[in-house]
Amino acid sequence: MTMLPQRGTEARKMGLVIDLDTCVGCHACAVNCKEWNTGGEAGILPDYDPYGEKPDGVWFNRIHSYETGTDGCARTVNFPRSCLHCENPLCVTVCPTGASFKRAEDGIVLVDTDLCIGCKLCSWACPYGAREFDEQSGVMRKCTLCIDRIYDDSLPEAEREPACVATCPAKARHFGDLADPDSHVSKLVAQRGGTDLLPELGYRPTNKYLPPRRAQIQTAPRETCGAAGQGIGGALLRLLDKALSR
Amino acid sequence: MTGMPPSVIEGVEAPRSGAAAGTDSESSLPLSSKSVAYTTCYMCACRCGIKVHLENGRLRYIEGNRNHPINRGVLCAKGSAGIMTAVSPARLTTPLKRVGPRGSGSFEAISWDEAMRIVTERLAAIRASDPSRLALFTGRDQSQSLTGHFARMFGTINYAAHGGFCSVNMAAAGLYSVGGAFWEFGEPDWEYAQLFLLFGVAEDHDSNPIKLGLSRLKARGAKIVSFNPVRTGYSAIADEFVAVTPGTDGLLVFALIHCLLEAGRIDTEFLVRYTNAHHLVIDDAGGAEHGLIARNAQGSELAFDRATGSLASASATGIDPALAGTFVLPDGRHARPAFALLAERYLAAEYAPEAVAERCGVAAATIRRLADEIAEVAFNQPVVLEQPWTDAAGRRHTHMVGRPVAIHAMRGISAHSNGFHTCRAIHVLQMLLGAIDTPGSWRYKSPYPKPIPGGLPPGRAAGAPGAPLTAAPLGCPTGPQDLLVDAQGEALRLDRAFSWEAPLAIHGLMHMVIARAFEAGPQKIDTLFFFMSNMAWNSAMNPGESIRMLSATDEQGEYRIPFVVVADAFASETVAYADLVLPDTTYLERYDCISLLDRPIGSAHGPGDAIRVPVLKPKRDVRPFQDVIIEIAGRLGLTDFADAQGQPLYHSYADYIVRHQRAAGIGPLAGFRGADGRGIGRGEPNPEQLRRYIENGGFWVHHLPPEQLYYKFANQAYLDGARAMGFIDSSAPIVLQLYSEPLQRFRLAAEGHGAHLPPQRLRERVRRYFDPLPIWYAPLEQAASHDGRYPLHAITQRPMAMYHSWGSHNAWLRQILPENRIYLHRELAAELGIEDEDWVWVESRSGRLKARARTMSGVNRNTVWTWNAIGKRVGAWGLKREAPEFRRGFLLNHVISEFLPDERGEAAHSNSDPVTGQAAWFDLTVRLERCAPDTPDETAPRLGANPLRIKRHTESAA
Repeated sequence: MTMLPQRGTEARKMGLVIDLDTCVGCHACAVNCKEWNTGGEAGILPDYDPYGEKPDGVWFNRIHSYETGTDGCARTVNFPRSCLHCENPLCVTVCPTGASFKRAEDGIVLVDTDLCIGCKLCSWACPYGAREFDEQSGVMRKCTLCIDRIYDDSLPEAEREPACVATCPAKARHFGDLADPDSHVSKLVAQRGGTDLLPELGYRPTNKYLPPRRAQIQTAPRETCGAAGQGIGGALLRLLDKALSR
Repeated sequence: MTGMPPSVIEGVEAPRSGAAAGTDSESSLPLSSKSVAYTTCYMCACRCGIKVHLENGRLRYIEGNRNHPINRGVLCAKGSAGIMTAVSPARLTTPLKRVGPRGSGSFEAISWDEAMRIVTERLAAIRASDPSRLALFTGRDQSQSLTGHFARMFGTINYAAHGGFCSVNMAAAGLYSVGGAFWEFGEPDWEYAQLFLLFGVAEDHDSNPIKLGLSRLKARGAKIVSFNPVRTGYSAIADEFVAVTPGTDGLLVFALIHCLLEAGRIDTEFLVRYTNAHHLVIDDAGGAEHGLIARNAQGSELAFDRATGSLASASATGIDPALAGTFVLPDGRHARPAFALLAERYLAAEYAPEAVAERCGVAAATIRRLADEIAEVAFNQPVVLEQPWTDAAGRRHTHMVGRPVAIHAMRGISAHSNGFHTCRAIHVLQMLLGAIDTPGSWRYKSPYPKPIPGGLPPGRAAGAPGAPLTAAPLGCPTGPQDLLVDAQGEALRLDRAFSWEAPLAIHGLMHMVIARAFEAGPQKIDTLFFFMSNMAWNSAMNPGESIRMLSATDEQGEYRIPFVVVADAFASETVAYADLVLPDTTYLERYDCISLLDRPIGSAHGPGDAIRVPVLKPKRDVRPFQDVIIEIAGRLGLTDFADAQGQPLYHSYADYIVRHQRAAGIGPLAGFRGADGRGIGRGEPNPEQLRRYIENGGFWVHHLPPEQLYYKFANQAYLDGARAMGFIDSSAPIVLQLYSEPLQRFRLAAEGHGAHLPPQRLRERVRRYFDPLPIWYAPLEQAASHDGRYPLHAITQRPMAMYHSWGSHNAWLRQILPENRIYLHRELAAELGIEDEDWVWVESRSGRLKARARTMSGVNRNTVWTWNAIGKRVGAWGLKREAPEFRRGFLLNHVISEFLPDERGEAAHSNSDPVTGQAAWFDLTVRLERCAPDTPDETAPRLGANPLRIKRHTESAA
């Protein structure tokens, strides 16, 4: 079994805040993630039967669209799903080899594929379905929060963010330190009522989801006007009577 | 040396990916380090800027260009999946000559020399006799300024691009109403809009800019209302979803207008200053000028000035124009302000919310509330910018005042046979609100607005065969005299664009070209030349019929359509029907320009254009189509492509981009012109121009000064600047057309007035549909009686991850969605006894297909829908035979007809908008029935497999 690192309350908690109010379900994050990571330090994210009967492969991020509620409250929700980098990740503690680990310095949960024996205990332990088994190399794979981008000093500072965040066309994905109450992401969570997924399980996910909202327009009570079908009537006549200056 | 900048990186290998294994990846040259190239995406029609990373000779990563005005660093799923285009098994690899029967897929690989000889000899012979026997139709290209110019110089009127089945209703209604259009020539003011109305926009048109814009609206708490039968994509995040019945949006808009008029909540000052609302319309029923605008001896439109109690030039400054009443003209005829006609029409009881509610599927109370919200935001929450400006009358304004109601509309409006008028209705709504190019409203994208109707009339043949057309083949008719018809009033063009059947078909009727070529036969058509258009599959309204007609022979065994050329990068379903295949490169392997002469990357903030550069060097025997068309033009000695001695002027498209001049100082690219590279819009060709674009990240933008950012139709500083840059010929203000006089000219002809009359059989049709004010009518297909047999509307939309994409076979994108379902409302499903995953028959008047059902609640109760272009034909796109696209994918097109009910043959009307010829895809009605339990586990119809079988390494016969 693998131990979690000692992390004080001040320890950085790097993670994502995903806005379900603006996510249009376009899959941009998922594809750009695959693109960045398959050629990066994470190594190849294989595709199985890419032009055949069962096209599938390893993705660190998948989007699910579903309907919720009925009648007036009904919505279509687009829900991106990836590793939540939990503070209490059972996927790490169940790992028999230490391959799954949580970093002390920033809380990112990673897999050391050299140590992974492909037993899949971690994927059984993850209630969020965030891990994917690589059938080609026989090891478990998962979101790295793009550690090969966010700490790459050769990139301009603005680009040191996960690929999914950089590419999101609806700007529904935000990255930062959720332990820092003054960070952009912490403020978003506070303002918008960001929530944990399945908090009752006690995994204490780092990533947060912002709930959908509804903008409304308040209108003044309507003036009663002339009966319909009577040609130019009351209110419009009064308007047309006003002098104009072309 | 011109046109060959240094950025070409030779021999770049395919990306690292499981999918790349075993494919013919590009071979690698030593390239040890990392490098970056900036170019323009072409995984859809959005034109986003991309930054392509290369590492150790491999294509490593494509990301959005953070400096690019279209996408500002973001990139959609398609764009990111573009990296897999480099390893697509569907890429064509060599020119092909057909050796088996058409459609069999049997080809022989030939050399480019032979391919060019075949096509040049064929085209030269056509041009010498009757150039119109060449029909050149291009698909999703952004090279229309080149291909259209080729057609013009070749001398064929039979040219069009894909707009006829895409969005010509939006383009035509926009250009004839406001001198701009939704999507291509306009955009919402994301910065200031407080209420955003989306009509018929699901996941499309456009991709990243709308997503970026929606996030900005959301961040400000603006309200988004989506009118759409289906709640997916953008509708999913709308604050209000209005599940309107397909084809009834026009009625709904009339009801909104009705409420606003009733309440007197419109902007009359905007109307008299910037539209023709006050222009006097001649009221002389039966007369030759009835319904035209009254003019004085100098040709100026007239208005009635209440200040002086007399007629005045409608464009005079300071008059107090009447918007109601009847006035007597000097010749004794009566005339009424256009607005009075409008108000009378839409205040009628038939357009009250209560009268349209049932038909639209939207409660009357909802319509009234939405009208209140629109008025509230427009008039009680105006945007006031502290930005002085001067209008075309010379008045200096201290502020820019705007109505923050922004509208965007697209496919769901466009793809109906009443789409032109519905789109015009939306523009009328905008004008009544004063919500055109004001802060917070819909805005023009530079280089628009253009004087209405936004273009020259279409060119026609002049002089001997082979002489250039008088103008570009696509244009904007202003009246019957501009139509392309013979002495009997019958169509000259093969697709019947610009004829009385589709007078304002400003994008042509691509969806009819195969059917009309088949009918006309070899007398009128020799060569059908398609570029990047899947005319035997998802770009055909009726793929089964298209395939039949492409393969049809006469009694002698000769093909009814004599010769078919297909230029494409991929083995689409259409390639098998070509006699000659010209393999194109992918977008990462060629130069291109995204030109102001075509559809550029301008925004409300100013003009812009962009280039593509070759990032990869193909190892296949393929050539950029643009290079090929320029070479053909050079070999044929066409004007502007060859010199007086017949010698080709350009060695490549890159060369043409830099040196071609359409008019003095105006070329394909507007930036970095002139010897010093400082010219904007106008300037001598600059040999260093492409290098400058490359240094600038692959694009050029010019930022308009703040004074010019709004009211462009009447903003004198903007109009003067636009004229200087060559966007408009005159800096006179552009008067918005609430009332469309050109439409009335066509109507008068239908009533027997004038020198150019429609054939008798079409007169009632033209009279009915050429109403100068927007009208609503039931979609034509539905107007035909089917005794209620097909009670359900059926529409398609493409998934966001594939919208407008030429790559839905992409290894990554097809993992997201490799098969499609027919979606229906839960209540409807319960009524029909259909459950999730049941196989159902979808039957229309023209056929039936079998698909799996999926129920949902976010859909109009009487509408079924599916994802488009997932279903593919066995053997196409390099996919294996077991691919789910073949077995569980389907194309709704198989139950759509390109003709109206009970019509076929020469006299038949196409299933199109009668004004513009827009393909009416969304007019389809169907019925659903559960299949018998023992039905096979696959979709129907299934067409036979015809994968390409290529004979190689043989000497081809002459």
